[in-house]
Amino acid sequence: MALLLQYTLIYASVLMLVALGGCFSEHSGVINLGLEGVMVMGALGGALVMKFMPGLPAAGMIVAVVLGAVLFGTVYSLLLAVAAINFKADQTLVGTAMNLLGAAAATVFVKALNMAEDSSNVSSAIQYIEQKKAFSMLKIGNFELSWFIVLAAIVLIASNILLYRTRFGLRLMACGEFPQAADSVGINVYKMRYAGVLISGVLGGLGGIVYITAGVSEWKFENGVAGFGFLALAVMIFGQWKPSLIALSALLFGLFRALSNVYSGFSFLAALNLPGTLYNMLPYIISLVVLAAFSRNSRAPKAEGIPYDKGQR
Amino acid sequence: MNTNEKKSLFEREGFQSLAASLICILLGLLVGFLVLLCINPAGAGTAMVSILKNFLYFPRPAIALEYFGSTLVKTAPLLLCTLSILFAYKVGLFNIGASGQYTVGAGLALYLALAFRMPWFVCLIAAMIGGALLGALAGALKAYLNVNEVIAGIMLNWISLYSVNMLLTNVKESSTTYTSPLRTGNPGALIPSLGLHHLFSENRYVTIAIPLAVLIAAAVWVVMEKTRLGYELKATGLSRNAAKYAGMREKRNIILTMAIAGCLSGLGAAFLYLSGIEQWSCAQTAVPAMGFNGIAAAFLGGLHPIGSVFSSFFIQHITSGGSYVDKMVYCSQISDLISSIIIYFCSFTLFIKHCMKQYRQKRKASAGAAKPPKQAAAAASGKGGN
Repeated sequence: MALLLQYTLIYASVLMLVALGGCFSEHSGVINLGLEGVMVMGALGGALVMKFMPGLPAAGMIVAVVLGAVLFGTVYSLLLAVAAINFKADQTLVGTAMNLLGAAAATVFVKALNMAEDSSNVSSAIQYIEQKKAFSMLKIGNFELSWFIVLAAIVLIASNILLYRTRFGLRLMACGEFPQAADSVGINVYKMRYAGVLISGVLGGLGGIVYITAGVSEWKFENGVAGFGFLALAVMIFGQWKPSLIALSALLFGLFRALSNVYSGFSFLAALNLPGTLYNMLPYIISLVVLAAFSRNSRAPKAEGIPYDKGQR
Repeated sequence: MNTNEKKSLFEREGFQSLAASLICILLGLLVGFLVLLCINPAGAGTAMVSILKNFLYFPRPAIALEYFGSTLVKTAPLLLCTLSILFAYKVGLFNIGASGQYTVGAGLALYLALAFRMPWFVCLIAAMIGGALLGALAGALKAYLNVNEVIAGIMLNWISLYSVNMLLTNVKESSTTYTSPLRTGNPGALIPSLGLHHLFSENRYVTIAIPLAVLIAAAVWVVMEKTRLGYELKATGLSRNAAKYAGMREKRNIILTMAIAGCLSGLGAAFLYLSGIEQWSCAQTAVPAMGFNGIAAAFLGGLHPIGSVFSSFFIQHITSGGSYVDKMVYCSQISDLISSIIIYFCSFTLFIKHCMKQYRQKRKASAGAAKPPKQAAAAASGKGGN
C-alpha cells in the first residue's frame, strides 16, 4: 500500500508538471505535441549532470540536476517556438518531428558517449544508482518520498498564481483566446507565445527527469518516455486547462500508472491472475475513456493551434 | 521563348514541392553530417557515404541487387504507411495512429498465419480489416466525441502494441521472443513472388507486394483526385461545417477516412511480415517506427501519392543504409536522427514555397519596372492571383 502511494505521488508529479507545461503553452495559443520529446531531452540533461558530476552533495545535486533538465528542455522547446511562431508551421507536424527527434538524438548521443568510454558498450543507457539517492527526502521502511514531489507542489501553486493572479498570466491567456484583441491593446502576441512555449519546455524538461528517476536507477534512452508526454496532454484536457483540476486528474492517472509497477503486491489483484501487460495498458485505456467522456465540451483555448498573423482579421 | 518555359516550370506547384523537399533532405543530411562530425570527425565522411549508398555498399552487382530487393521489400510497407498518413492528412486528420494500425495488422496477419495456418490472402485481408477497425475507432472518437485524433492515436498505438505482444506470445518460438518463421511454420502464408525474385538475384523476400504497393499508390491518387468520394472527403477536410451544409455526411466521412487510412497501414504490415523478411519480437517495448517514418515520407513526397513512392524509397534507403555505418564508432540510429530532422524541416515547406513565390514576384516586379507600367501592373496582379 505504501509503495502504491509512493508511486502514485511520483507519477502524478510527473504528469502534473508536464501537463502544466502543456497548459501554459496552449493558453498562449500554441499546441505543444512535442512534450514527449521535450521530456526525453530534459531527462537527458538531468542524466548527464548525474553522470558527469557524481560527487555533488545532495542539495547541490538536486539543484544541478533540475537546472540541467530545465536547460535542455527549454532549449529544445525553442525548436517548436521558432517553427510555430515565426514560421507559422503546422504545429502537429512540428510536435511529431520533435518527439521523433528527441528520442533519436538522445539515443545517438548517449550511445556515442558510452562507446567513447568503452568501445564494447553499445547500450543507450545511463546509470545513476548512487546519484539518485540525493533526491530522497524521507524514507520509512520501503516507503520513500522524493524531493521532486515537493518541487511539483511548489510548481503547482506558482502556476496557479502566475496564471490567474498576475498581469503576465492574464495576458498570456488572452493571446490564446483572442490574439487580435490582445494585440489591439498593445500586448506582443509573439512574445507571449514564446513565453508560453518556453515555460512548457521548462516544465516538460523537469517532468522528464522526474520520470526517469521515479522507479529505476538507469534509463535506456532508446525507449523515450513511452507516451508519457501524451498521457500528460490527456491529463491536461481532463483537467480542463486549469492547474488545480490538472493536479487532481494527474493523481488519478498517476494511480493507474503506479498500479502497473506494484500490482503484484496486492493479493486481491494478484489473485485475479491477469497478465501484467494488462496493467501496462491500463493508463492508456483509461485516458482514452476519459478523453472520450470529456472532450465533447472541451474548454480549450479558442485560438490554440492557429498561427497568429498580424495582418489577419 | 526558352526562358519563358523555364519560368513557368519554376512557378509550377509540383516543381516548388520538389525543390522544397530537396532542400529539406539537404538540410537533414547536413545536420546529420554535423552530428557525425561531433561524435567522431575521422569517420564522418565514410559513415555518411555508407548511409547514402545503402545496398551499393556491396561491390559485387549481384549482391547489391539482392540487397536492393530487400530495401524494396521494406519500402512497400513504408509506402503504405505513407499513403495512410497522406490520405488522412488530405482530409484534415493527422493519422499518427498509423503505427498502431500497422501493429494490429502485423498481429492479425501473423496470428492467422501461424495459429490457424491460413493462406496468405486471408491473412492479408484480416490485417486490412484489423487496421481499418482501429482507424475507424479513432475516427469515431473524433467525429462523435471530439477527441483529438493525435492523442487518441498515440493511446491506441500503445494499447495495440501491448495487445499484439500478448497475442503473438502464443505463436512464438519457444527459445526466443520472436514469432516462429513463416517459411517453416506455414509457407502458404507467404505472399507469392510470381517469379519476381529472379530479378533480384533470387532474393526470396521479393514478392508481388512491391508492385502492388505502387499500384495502390496510383489507386489512392485516382480516388483522391478523380472520384466523388475523394472530392467529398477533401471538402470535409477543408471545412467540416461547409461540408455538412452542402449535404455531405461529415461524420461518416471522417470515420471512413480513418478506416481507409487504417486499412492501408494494416496492409503495409502484412506486406512486410508475410514476406518472411522479419519476425515479430514479442518483447518489443517501442511502437514500430514504420508509421512514424511514414510521416516523414508523406511530407517529403509533397503530400502526393506518386511523390510518396519516391520519398518512401528514399527514407527506407537511408534507414537501411544506417545499418552499414561503422558500428565501432556510430550507431545505426543515426539514420532515424536524419529522417526526424527531415520531418522537422518539412514543416517549413510552406514557408520555403512562400519564399520562392515571393522571390519570383520580386524578380518579376523588377523586370516589369523597365516595361511600361501597365504591363508590370498586370503581371503583378496575375501573380497575386496565384
